[in-house]
Amino acid sequence: MRVEDCLQLLINQGVKRERMEETLQKILEDYRKNEGNIVTILQDIEKAFGYIPEEAATWFSKKLDIPASRFFGVTTFYSQFHLRPRGKNIITVCRGTACHVKGSERLINRLLIELDIPDNDDTTSDQKFTVEKVNCIGACGIAPVAVVNHEVHGKVSLDKMMKEVRKLKKSNG
Amino acid sequence: MDKEIVIKVCTGTGGVASGGEKVLSAFQNAISATDIEATFHERCTAKKVGCRGFCSKDVLVDILINGEKTTYKHVKADMVPRIFDEHIVKGNPVAEWTVEDDYYAFHEKQQKVVLSHCGEIDPEDIDAYIAVGGYDAARKAILSMSPTEIVDAIKESNLRGRGGAGFPTGLKWELCWRIKSDTKYVVCNGNESDPGAFMDTSLMEGDPHSIIEGMIICGKATESHHGYIYTKAEYSLSVKRLQKAILQCYQKGFLGRRIFGTDFDFNLKVFQGAGAFVCGEATALMRSIEGKRGMPRAKMWRSAEKGLYDKPTVINNVETFANIPKILMKGARWYRNLGTEMSGGTKVFSLSGKVMNTGLIEVPMGTTLREIIFNIGGGIEGGKAFKGVQIGGPSGGCIPAGLLNTKIDYETLAQAGSIMGSGGMVVLDETDCMVNTTKFFLEITQSESCGKCTPCRIGTKRMLEILDRITRGKGRDGDIELLEELGRYIRAASLCGLGMTAPNPVLSTLRYFRHEYEAHIREKRCPAAVCRDLITYTISKKICKGCGACKKVCPADAIRGTRKTPHKIDQSLCVKCGTCFDACKFKSIMKV
Repeated sequence: MRVEDCLQLLINQGVKRERMEETLQKILEDYRKNEGNIVTILQDIEKAFGYIPEEAATWFSKKLDIPASRFFGVTTFYSQFHLRPRGKNIITVCRGTACHVKGSERLINRLLIELDIPDNDDTTSDQKFTVEKVNCIGACGIAPVAVVNHEVHGKVSLDKMMKEVRKLKKSNG
Repeated sequence: MDKEIVIKVCTGTGGVASGGEKVLSAFQNAISATDIEATFHERCTAKKVGCRGFCSKDVLVDILINGEKTTYKHVKADMVPRIFDEHIVKGNPVAEWTVEDDYYAFHEKQQKVVLSHCGEIDPEDIDAYIAVGGYDAARKAILSMSPTEIVDAIKESNLRGRGGAGFPTGLKWELCWRIKSDTKYVVCNGNESDPGAFMDTSLMEGDPHSIIEGMIICGKATESHHGYIYTKAEYSLSVKRLQKAILQCYQKGFLGRRIFGTDFDFNLKVFQGAGAFVCGEATALMRSIEGKRGMPRAKMWRSAEKGLYDKPTVINNVETFANIPKILMKGARWYRNLGTEMSGGTKVFSLSGKVMNTGLIEVPMGTTLREIIFNIGGGIEGGKAFKGVQIGGPSGGCIPAGLLNTKIDYETLAQAGSIMGSGGMVVLDETDCMVNTTKFFLEITQSESCGKCTPCRIGTKRMLEILDRITRGKGRDGDIELLEELGRYIRAASLCGLGMTAPNPVLSTLRYFRHEYEAHIREKRCPAAVCRDLITYTISKKICKGCGACKKVCPADAIRGTRKTPHKIDQSLCVKCGTCFDACKFKSIMKV
């Protein structure tokens, strides 16, 4: 790596860190004001960063004098929290019973093949797509259901899903 | 021409996903763009309502002209101008888009108590709720009833916990009321996690005020002043509408300090869960509100004695609370008489799976499964044969065709090897493999097991491994007996409801569909042609026209052939995804 690149990287990280501190401070104030707890803190962190950066959890652990293990214990317990960054586009396929009997597993398998997501992983190597399963989002009447970037799609066929993926691929260059 | 016109557009989760918001704004735009006469805008309103129940026909739109109702189905935004022009302006309904007989048949056998406002009033408008008698029950309870009177009314109504276990609600409240404590809590369990269940979310979206009112009454009855509604963060629409409803209540003085001018205070908060199935269990849910890992504790005390923050707590399901205002207003006896001897009232179910009419239904206790599936549900999709109905999600059991005359009640369902559960009802037809479906349920309970107690943590894992090898054609003699033995131990030794009920799907399918397990193990065959390792896809030479549709969609490039000659599947490349099976218009692809 060239020296300039190294410098740039350091500056970038520095900027990110400064912003992180700012964001975390805000979350801390909110926590104090609304009598929050570890779960609400982590929910705010997840919302702000899209995942739980390790530094963020340790930062709170020091500020609040709560062992970091408690933060990671809660993080790994709930499915809403992620310890690694997630893709730019998030496709959540519902695999509730109704969706399951209407073929959601095939949707998931096809997505994994089509997006070339590595085994035992849920995100593409270029971090553009994350494919995940959810137990039920409560729209069983229009199964199978998929949530593409927060928008609920009902009665999703393989064709419809692939069209949506192609559209996303195109719009993201 | 001074008719009053009301347009109601479904904006439940299903409605929104089918484009409900767009339809609503199309109507609103149409109204504001019309200038037929000056008073038109005052007389004509378009509003959103909660789930109408019949989700497979979404977006459903009701148009009421002077109270006369016409319902349209599958409405899209581009259909709005024609409906508006022909029906609202000229007064002639667009007959080809209105609902047919099946819509009325769907509603005929139902009795709506809890859902009476769902799909009728705007859930984001407190005045709409007040206009249909909302908060009258809370006013009555706070101003003129003592805690004992409220508890007695609930006891007399024979209302039992709608979360699934069926504990008498009145008794629960009484236990909590009798304990003296400065702080007590009222908690509403909206962590509806059973896959295939959407009753609670529909209620929270469609009629949030009835839940809040029920909780206020519970607060009065148990002399507690703090409430939490615990719901899933995935239910974003529910969260939004509940928060809005709570805000409106504070503004109107139905929540907060000195409610209705008395010295009764009640505060309410929404707590968003972070995604854990086990948090539907009462003690785990309370740990979660405290900000901890949601793990259940041994039930040495009832929650009514030591619950949230170790204080006396009443925890009830969403639907249970929504029943309360109706019981107080219409009378306990009326409610009791709706149901059976053992349990009063009605029950909401979400009907889904391979049934014609999927959606949200409400029937009196004691209705038979046959009535629900064939009369309300309209029978099986595509004229296939009914195989079973899974009630109660992964904690419940599968009830076969032979028991369709079972009358719905906590006890009768338990006898049949299932549970009432929160009310998810998933219908399975002849193309569903029972072993595979069971494996699917166990995958959920296994991955959602919190890991605290060994029988559940390791037992479900072992059961899943056995089921997995059976579906892969590697089942052994003795596997069935092993599953039964493990199931019995897990049921007897687990700490909480999740573990105790986890073997239910396995045990109930072993009871009614044992032959399917035997076919998988002994003949290495999946009778319903579902299990991937036991089937192969082939193309019939006789039927195949060589159109190439299958070749085009195959993600593994496993299909060979030139145009207009029969194609062939390369079995060494085939990943058995079934895409070609769906793509073939001539039904030339066989699953064996």
